Amino acid sequence: MTGPKQPVAARPGGGGPRRPRVRAVRRGVPVPLLVPGLLALAFLLVPLLALLVRAPWRSLPSQLTSTEVWQALQLSLISATAATAVALVLGVPLAWLLARAEFPGRGLVRALVTLPLVLPPVVGGVALLLALGRNGVVGQWLDAWFGITLPFTTAGVVIAEAFVAMPFLVISVEGTLRAADPRYEEAATTLGASRFTAFRRVTLPLIAPGIAAGAVLAWARALGEFGATITFAGNFPGRTQTMPLAVYLALQNDPEAAIALSLILLAVSIAVLAGLRDRWMTGA
Amino acid sequence: MTDIDAPPALLGAADEQGLDARLVVDRGTFRLDVSLRAAPGDVVALLGPNGAGKTTALRALAGLVPLSEGHLRLDGTALERIPPEKRPVGVVFQDYLLFPHLTALDNVAFGPRCHGTGKAEARAQAATWLGRMGLADHAGAKPRRLSGGQAQRVALARALATRPRLLLLDEPLAALDARTRLEVRSQLRRHLAEFEAVAVLVTHDPLDAMVLADRLVVVEHGRVVQEGTPTEIARHPRTDYIAQLVGLNLYRGEADGHAVRLEGGPSITTTEDLTGPVFVAFPPVAVTLFRDRPTGVSARNLWHCEVAGLETHGDQIRADLTGEIRLAADLTTAAAAELDLHTGAPVWATVKATQTHAYPA
Repeated sequence: MTGPKQPVAARPGGGGPRRPRVRAVRRGVPVPLLVPGLLALAFLLVPLLALLVRAPWRSLPSQLTSTEVWQALQLSLISATAATAVALVLGVPLAWLLARAEFPGRGLVRALVTLPLVLPPVVGGVALLLALGRNGVVGQWLDAWFGITLPFTTAGVVIAEAFVAMPFLVISVEGTLRAADPRYEEAATTLGASRFTAFRRVTLPLIAPGIAAGAVLAWARALGEFGATITFAGNFPGRTQTMPLAVYLALQNDPEAAIALSLILLAVSIAVLAGLRDRWMTGA
Repeated sequence: MTDIDAPPALLGAADEQGLDARLVVDRGTFRLDVSLRAAPGDVVALLGPNGAGKTTALRALAGLVPLSEGHLRLDGTALERIPPEKRPVGVVFQDYLLFPHLTALDNVAFGPRCHGTGKAEARAQAATWLGRMGLADHAGAKPRRLSGGQAQRVALARALATRPRLLLLDEPLAALDARTRLEVRSQLRRHLAEFEAVAVLVTHDPLDAMVLADRLVVVEHGRVVQEGTPTEIARHPRTDYIAQLVGLNLYRGEADGHAVRLEGGPSITTTEDLTGPVFVAFPPVAVTLFRDRPTGVSARNLWHCEVAGLETHGDQIRADLTGEIRLAADLTTAAAAELDLHTGAPVWATVKATQTHAYPA
């Protein structure tokens, strides 16, 4: 191709050709990448800015102190935390099984676990109704034997949120487990630890950062959950009406309240992101 | 502590004490088949090139790899069906695998805790072990704050704290730099000498093996090719690998009196009077090189060769020669310069019969 001979020959000549070489190292950004990139950034940030610009700052204090807002916020925080707890108790063992146990069809199980990640949440809600509803596959027995009905209760909110959020935790923890050196478990075994003791005393502390990150992801997902919740648990203020449902409802009759509620969720999200960054992402 | 089956101290006869194992591990293309016997107090080194199966043998002893065949008896108790956590075996792993979230003290206390010792008592025992290793000041340190040598001693203390009847060490010095290695090697030798049960260590470093072990078992391609004391093996290597390890030229041939006719090569004159198949060995420093055919020396053990390669070996130069005979010769840098040695240069090589050593194959 084109002979680079000339500049090469000129370079040792003196100070003149040295400056372009320095400039060449700090390469410019191609316009076809720069423009769409900035557009994408604007696309992501402008709606959030709009939320701030249009926020009813003057009436905000009264909005935020209203009973409905507090009820919804309280319910959201409680149910998201409970759903995260469920996801932790059940999801960490599942992640261990996927990462460490050998069993046939493991690939299929892993695919099924991740299905709720891509499934439209409304479909998840419908599926939950069919499984745990009063006449559902499992729900009819819960009703008949224990008198437990889950749909349209706070417990139903927790279940809907856990259903949608648990895969985030499982995927995160399984990835951490795969990256962790399994020979630590072997070392524990040679010291007399059973496989469970090795998991509890060695593996669990080693993967704690991954579990925490997964829990935060799951919690954030549960907090924002809408489709499965409204389908499976309905929209009863004080019982099943979480923040996202309250926002949606408020938007129809009281847009200012909707903005105020959205601001709260935005603030919570930013706090979560900041927490993630400081605690788990900088070290990784 | 878990005393499995009958107390071996009462039932086991004296010859049942210690280790008696035949380890067979089949892995498709690779098959390990190694027999090991050792009495309490013995330190046995499994020595061999990478991929020879040494680490697999160690993992089989620890129960981390199942045996395909064979047996494993320790102090008269069959271990082959006992899971690793119930075996009275301690392991020092190559990169130590100290639990990074626990302090040195809690790492050492981990084993006693798993065996049912109370927390305070386990920690007291761990402190004693660390003290014995000269690490009392580092009890509270996390592994990442320990130097390589310190981490090695913590790993040793952790393995010993379960009071194993079999101590396994996988390349115990490989993770250390040259200077620390020297120091840690002599410490480890002292600790192994104090250890009253069987110790088996795996290494590819002949020096580590010879310093640390009473007996060497040389493993190549999953088989034992030679075993004996370090001196025996250094004097009488039986494979090229061992000869290279101990720095000897080794030949196999047919002896008839003082002459040994090599397979498809020349004869070597030796001082020993033997008949039949023998090995002949001599060190590279015993070889003298000449650029022209020397006139003053006898024609015995004089070979015409060509330099195939040169490499620096400390302050010496090792010349790899081919031609009438394949051999390694060591000479000083000055001598190499004087001879104008370079790859492809023709040379005459000679070795005195008194410098050679022949022994039955």
